[in-house]
Amino acid sequence: MFQSPLRKPLIEGTKSYRSITTDIIDPMMNKPGKLWYFGVTLSGAAMMFGLFMMFWTVWQGIGTWGENRTVGWAFEITTFVWWIGIGHAGTFISAILLLFRQKWRNSINRSAEAMTIFAVICAALFPLIHLGRPLLTFFIFPYPNTRGVWVNFNSPLVWDVFAISTYFTISLIFWYVGLIPDIGTVRDKLKKGFKKSIYNFLSFSWKGSARDWHRHEITSIMLAAIATPLVLSVHSIVSMDFATSVLPGWHTTIFPPYFVAGAIYSGFAMVLTLLIIARKAMKLEDYITVDHVESMNKILIATGSIVALAYIAEIFISWYSADEYEYYNLVNRVTGPYNWAFWIMIICNVVSSQLLWIKKLRTNLAFTFFLSIVINVGMWFERFVIIVISLHRDFLTSSWTMYKPTIVEFGLLIGTLGIFFTSFFLFIRVFPVISIFEVKSIHRISGEKKGKDLISNE
Amino acid sequence: MKKHRKNIESERSKDRDNNSEETFNEETPLSDLLGDYNKDSTSSRRDFLKLCGFSFAVSALASCRSKISKVVPWVIAPEEITPGEALYYASSYVNGSDYCSILVKTRDGRPIKIEGNPESGITKGGTSARVQASVLDLYDVGRFKAPSKDGKSLDWNQIDEEITGELNKIVLEGGTIALLTPSVFSPSTEAVIEGFLKKFKGSEWIQYDAVSYSAMLEANKITYGRQVIPDYRFDIADLIISFGADFLGTWLSPVEYARQFSSRRDPDLSMNHLVQLESNLSLTGSNADNRILIKPSQEDAILLNIYKEIIKAVENRDIDVPVSPVDVSGISKKLLSSQGRSIVISGSNVKRIQLLVNEINRILGNVGRTILFDSYLRTHNAIDAQMESFVRKMQEGRINALLIWNVNPIYTWHNKEAFREGISKVGLTISLSGTPDETNNLVRFVCPDSHYLESWNDAEAKKDLFSLMQPAINPIFDTRQMTDSLLKWTGSKVKFYDFISNYWVKNLMQRQTEFSDPVAFFDHTLQKGIFEPVVTSKRTEGQMDGVHNLPFDPLSVKGATNPEERSVEVVLYETVAIGEGRQANNPWLQELPDPVSRICWDNYASVSPLQAKENDLHDGDMINLGGVELPVHIQPGQAYGTIGIALGYGRKICGKVGTGTGVDVWPLVTAIDNILYTRQLGKMIKTGKIYSFAQTQTHHSMEGRAFVREAGLSEYRKDQKAGNELHTFYTERNKSLYKDRVYPHHHWGMAIDLNKCTGCATCVIACQAENNVPVVGREEVHRVHEMQWMRIDRYYTGNDDNPGVVFQPVLCQHCQNAPCENVCPVAATNHSSEGLNQMIYNRCFGTRYCNNNCPYKVRRFNWFNYTAAGTLSGNLRDKEGMTGDLRRMVLNPDVTIRAQGVIEKCSFCIQRIQAAKLKAKNENRSLLKDEVQSACAQSCPANAIVFGDMNDKDSKLSRLISSGRRYNLLEELFTRPSVNYLTKISDKLL
Repeated sequence: MFQSPLRKPLIEGTKSYRSITTDIIDPMMNKPGKLWYFGVTLSGAAMMFGLFMMFWTVWQGIGTWGENRTVGWAFEITTFVWWIGIGHAGTFISAILLLFRQKWRNSINRSAEAMTIFAVICAALFPLIHLGRPLLTFFIFPYPNTRGVWVNFNSPLVWDVFAISTYFTISLIFWYVGLIPDIGTVRDKLKKGFKKSIYNFLSFSWKGSARDWHRHEITSIMLAAIATPLVLSVHSIVSMDFATSVLPGWHTTIFPPYFVAGAIYSGFAMVLTLLIIARKAMKLEDYITVDHVESMNKILIATGSIVALAYIAEIFISWYSADEYEYYNLVNRVTGPYNWAFWIMIICNVVSSQLLWIKKLRTNLAFTFFLSIVINVGMWFERFVIIVISLHRDFLTSSWTMYKPTIVEFGLLIGTLGIFFTSFFLFIRVFPVISIFEVKSIHRISGEKKGKDLISNE
Repeated sequence: MKKHRKNIESERSKDRDNNSEETFNEETPLSDLLGDYNKDSTSSRRDFLKLCGFSFAVSALASCRSKISKVVPWVIAPEEITPGEALYYASSYVNGSDYCSILVKTRDGRPIKIEGNPESGITKGGTSARVQASVLDLYDVGRFKAPSKDGKSLDWNQIDEEITGELNKIVLEGGTIALLTPSVFSPSTEAVIEGFLKKFKGSEWIQYDAVSYSAMLEANKITYGRQVIPDYRFDIADLIISFGADFLGTWLSPVEYARQFSSRRDPDLSMNHLVQLESNLSLTGSNADNRILIKPSQEDAILLNIYKEIIKAVENRDIDVPVSPVDVSGISKKLLSSQGRSIVISGSNVKRIQLLVNEINRILGNVGRTILFDSYLRTHNAIDAQMESFVRKMQEGRINALLIWNVNPIYTWHNKEAFREGISKVGLTISLSGTPDETNNLVRFVCPDSHYLESWNDAEAKKDLFSLMQPAINPIFDTRQMTDSLLKWTGSKVKFYDFISNYWVKNLMQRQTEFSDPVAFFDHTLQKGIFEPVVTSKRTEGQMDGVHNLPFDPLSVKGATNPEERSVEVVLYETVAIGEGRQANNPWLQELPDPVSRICWDNYASVSPLQAKENDLHDGDMINLGGVELPVHIQPGQAYGTIGIALGYGRKICGKVGTGTGVDVWPLVTAIDNILYTRQLGKMIKTGKIYSFAQTQTHHSMEGRAFVREAGLSEYRKDQKAGNELHTFYTERNKSLYKDRVYPHHHWGMAIDLNKCTGCATCVIACQAENNVPVVGREEVHRVHEMQWMRIDRYYTGNDDNPGVVFQPVLCQHCQNAPCENVCPVAATNHSSEGLNQMIYNRCFGTRYCNNNCPYKVRRFNWFNYTAAGTLSGNLRDKEGMTGDLRRMVLNPDVTIRAQGVIEKCSFCIQRIQAAKLKAKNENRSLLKDEVQSACAQSCPANAIVFGDMNDKDSKLSRLISSGRRYNLLEELFTRPSVNYLTKISDKLL
């Protein structure tokens, strides 16, 4: 098989098909290390804390939060949008990059997709618990009922429900379909027993026949095609929660593209955070290479710049519109009592990613890791700025007030981080963290060695 | 027109009542049941249920025991109570010197709402926040529940026996019995007290008002020869010069004055001018056309200078007076040009100042024109010197028995220790007050008075303007009216009800000719609630009636010593809500934000911004002022060098709500001749502690946004749309792609005249009472979780030292393009065919999206389970005890109690709209013009709020909407509110 001397290999090291399988499966088959136990304990504790705060919220009421008469949404919607945004990278990597035949994605798509699912789970918790009467959540679904009530399709919150549930369903199916051949591989590695039968069941008795592969391929491509518009639609719709309102700072037509770019931006940052740890901890350096990191960093530059442009456009329009409320909202963001949040947002989102133009920084793993966290902090504050700063000083100055989060709200944020990481820690013990069959597909076209060596290796 | 109801004591019903009384006087089988239950553990669930059922029935019946005297409702036929139908009884609200003629709305035997009696010649249908909130006091578990001796409950017979015995013994031994009451202006009560004094020879009656108008009474005695407070006519006066008299908020008869004052705030008629010279930014000062900051010690000099200028012009006499700290030439000139059409008043309790004020009024010829003596005010009679000498007598041990009714000198008297010492020397102490307080904590016998809604009485708040008080419910607890107690102890067999009717027939019946039958006369009056016989005036214009016209030289009265320049002067005042502290246990009033500072649940030291800067004080810093420690509130408009503090807070024995709320500053009150509510203090000491207020508005500037649109009178005369140019601008530009909604039947709307609104906050409490708005407590208000549906935004304009103040009542605007409606995912808030923005509580699941998207921020979220309507047990947040069984009796059954997690807001009193529509339908007619009134509109003493049907072109509302002054709040958003505002037109004089 022809191998381009120009194209850099996508996986490093002398690999055979067998060694790829063992490289990836071994960390999950062996006993977990101390680090894993430490991680799962820490994140589990955070999760338990968050779950208790959730219980407390539901039992006592939303009054346990710092929200008030004027600021009706704050921490919870900020964190909700943040998590939804984080999820976006997974779909972007698995669907859009698949359609664009970006083969380098094959080493990272599995974990990115898993991240999407966990992030959406974390996100979906917030609309649930932020309801005054969460037991009545079913009111949101338009189902025929004897009470003769119907949802209000004019409300972006109804659109949200459809957008997020569709997104979650498609992501889950796409991820699972992608897992099937690998579950088969895992099953084959196992000795006879209960565990094996479970994996067999989960793999739908995958045989690896040509027909299996054919159907798998077709399904994957179809799901990718369905998932692709979702990357754009979900966050557009989430942004409409704000864009369709009358509030200065919310009522902005730029929000859909701005939110989508921001979502992919923070999603890639989160993928980087996870993978830089995972490649080290699970010794997958050969599969998740510095080139991968660099590629993702390039996407960060692109999306980060779009976000910066959106900020500039927003600021310009606030001034250019000559609308006193819009303009004041800008002034309040920059100089008001929460201006620290605004400046955190600018520094973390705009300034930080521009550093990646420098190749040295772009290929530096430690720096990238640090930056990826900075970006996610910045993206959280972006939503905080949009939501809280716009709300706390709106039209009537008599209603202006301040918002102070309580321990319960911090608990919920920490708790979802706990849920996210606990899920991820459990995930890497159950399923292959890298898509084995997809990596194998790029092994031959981009291996380090010449074809002859490969054949002799088999 | 609806007819009032009255109370008739009919023989037939008496028999029945006696029977039913027996039923309930029987020993209840409860103890038997309980005994059985304890002995026999085999008692079944059936027994338990029986017990439950019985206790439920008992608790339900306790409130509606059959009547002793039968009440007759406001509607024509004296029918029995129909469940679900409201009955109205005309009555009178009397609490200390507060008076209001009212209609009591009762549902199923429970009074639930107070409304103004439009027939009254005094209050004319207006009410105040205190009046509106008084119905809640009825259901106060903190009230005395039974008579007691030394803290042990006794029954009335025993207590009567003991007291009568002791009283008679004292009289036989030649001792002195003293009766201490607030000002009494009920003719029948006066007659009862006189009977008591006659029976017990050597007893004395002292009237004591905590907030005293003694100086005024004494000065009037000197100037006019009559020790009465005249009838001020703010509706006649073109110019009002007020020295710290908060006549729109708390001074004398504010409900009456607010109506009079605002009747002259229509820019299409002749507007009056108000100049307020004061230290604290009062409600009246906030409404003044000109406000001049003075220290209380400067009042003398300013008045003398005005006096000098006037005397120079009128009598061509020059006198030598000290230099005035402010320029009075403008005021004097204006006063001289409106002779006979002005009023000069002062809120001071210094006789010298009141004498000067009287002289100025006399020379200007106001007496007999704007200051009348025909129908003088009878609500304030107390003379400080009498109380002073009484306390001395007590200390000397010359009082043998003391009967205290409805006053609390241990809390309010300037020399508490003297009073405490005195009362310890009195052998027989009896309290006749209805609620526990600091004073009756020290007495031996407590013979609790009934609440005014449980009482018979009459009132003559102004001379020849009578009204009756009739009970709207039987006494909830084992209480007895003070007058009944006195009658009993006097040995009279007559009940007070019979006493009143006899008194009226004997003394008042001959003053009318309509009825010749005494029963018909009394019943008719009871139904109407008022009796205002026509009095032919003896007065001629410009002449004082029966008054000596001797020129009196106010300079002959010794003046005050010159104040030290550097000391701060403390100015104590009453707030609109709490007053002197009588209703401190009322959670509605405690949670009512002060109209000016917008702080609730606290009093504070108001300090001027400049002084705060000089002393490095910030909002909430605790300071020590003459031994009283309290937080600082930086109050724009506070005079430099003065500190304003509200009285009435910091009660020590007062029930759950009022105890320990705020700081007691009565110790700062002093007395020289009369009680002084101002004093000089050396210095304030910062303690270093920091306090945080429950304040419902923390930003005070409009930031250049056109919420309240103002114009000067001269501009308005030129162009009706002055100050309201934006309205035209936006109406021309706001266009919709969609078809207009059509409202085929009614289209409810409201107009709020910002020129008339005084910001008194009566509507806030009226709304709270009508719509079952929960009380959340200080901590929750501090966390910006207040629930009131109606709020009065207050903005400062101009500089901080002496700002202009504007008030703007804000409620749900009922937008026709409502931003809240299209964002609710479950359609819990939607639009009615009558233009109402509706809220379906049981559909709401609490996303709060509507609240975020409401530009007016009028939506309120139930952050916690405030009302006990929540779904989870054990998470109730009811710090103020509003969900107790008794307190809940005040709830309006027509309005749903909202559960935790639900958004609520103003409904335009949809329950009233529906009730009126139903009534019209039953009577087969369409709604009458202005038949429906929202609670806020109805309660407004200033007639600033007008509710009505915008489709009815003849309605009062439609006329107002067509005015050039009309605009909508935030109309640039094209939300098309149904609430309209009328621009504020003021006339700066100086």
